[in-house]
Amino acid sequence: MKWFQKHDPAEASFERVVLPHLDSAHNVARWLVRDASLAEDVVQDAMLRALNYYGGFRGGDARPWLLQIVRNVAYNALAKRKQQAETSFDDDPPEELMELHDPADNPEVALGKLQDLRRLDQALAALTPELRECLVLKELEELSYKEIAEVTGVPIGTVMSRLWRARQALMRCQTEGCDA
Amino acid sequence: MTEDCDEIRLLIQADLDGELRPAEAARIAAHLERCPRCAETQTDLATLAGRVRAEVPSYPASDDFRKALVARLAAAAPKPAQRRRPVLLGAGFGMGFAMAASLALIFLPVGAAQLPDQIVASHIRALQPGHLMDVVSTDQHTVKPWFDGRLAFAPPVKDLAGIGFPLAGGRLDYLAGRTAAAMIYRRAQHIIDLYAFDGTDLPAGLVPSGSRDGYNFIRWTEDGMTFWAVSDLNAQEMDQFVRAWRRA
Repeated sequence: MKWFQKHDPAEASFERVVLPHLDSAHNVARWLVRDASLAEDVVQDAMLRALNYYGGFRGGDARPWLLQIVRNVAYNALAKRKQQAETSFDDDPPEELMELHDPADNPEVALGKLQDLRRLDQALAALTPELRECLVLKELEELSYKEIAEVTGVPIGTVMSRLWRARQALMRCQTEGCDA
Repeated sequence: MTEDCDEIRLLIQADLDGELRPAEAARIAAHLERCPRCAETQTDLATLAGRVRAEVPSYPASDDFRKALVARLAAAAPKPAQRRRPVLLGAGFGMGFAMAASLALIFLPVGAAQLPDQIVASHIRALQPGHLMDVVSTDQHTVKPWFDGRLAFAPPVKDLAGIGFPLAGGRLDYLAGRTAAAMIYRRAQHIIDLYAFDGTDLPAGLVPSGSRDGYNFIRWTEDGMTFWAVSDLNAQEMDQFVRAWRRA
């Protein structure tokens, strides 16, 4: 019965501990940056970072740990794209990449065009990143409040209120088409 | 109304999200009895949660991307010479067990504490890409004959799709020197492996249920067979699955 003996930490390998969460990492990245090819760049970068930091991983569930890295890389990638778009004259960026504004001004729905959001996936895509990530982590990834707090770096109370606002916004989109 | 609905609504949400302890949940239930507005909030939230799960897609990594990434990670691994696929997932495992299985269908002397570890490890191994199913079918009438042709016993294959545990397929495993039939069920994004072994002889001191590495297991015997259900579902849902399966 050798095959389940505890192997040394280096053998509790990245492949076995972190790689099984690749689909989660990709899903979260895809929902955060809303661009298929940028999402893959983000996941690759995040996985390479995770591999580097793996020595400092203290065990437990690797998924929130990995998603936290994915999230940071995704936000950096969005900020970089936005910066590039602002300094470039001839390159019209996809407008959904332009929405990383100060969350303090707090419109629940960040997209300029608010028609056509009766479809739930589109309404979710149109939420501000702070609200969208909470809902994606909760509903699609089934993370607990505590894990979401860990991934997003905010207190659990903030997670709860963001989830509430995200859900209210989606429900409003359904009943009022989001253009109210 | 004696409680502040603004505060209660976050708790209604937490209750639906499975974040409340029973006592808190009971307080919310009592409030909902008395407060139609909050009851409506609860219905709206539950409806939305159902719709989100049904209508909002997840984006798993594509096979091409996965392959490219794995190659990239292998190249970037700090000590390439010392990194290899863990033995338990590789060929050594299969060969070891083919030998063990060929000796005879007897339980090797496995300690009571080890058996759940092995069951859970087998479940984790099965979750690796390409390992999950030998026969893919949601039809019990396909899966059952498939087992019958390959096993010396006939595990019952039941379909629980009607209550949210659809059958996904079946597979053969070798565990503790025995051939096991593994039936695979789904619950939303979760996979449940239900292992059936011939015989009910088990090491002494075995716990009937528990968890290992975040996976829950439940064991029982029935009709001269031993069953193990394993999944990352929470304990309540596991219990629900096992009760439904045994009733079906």
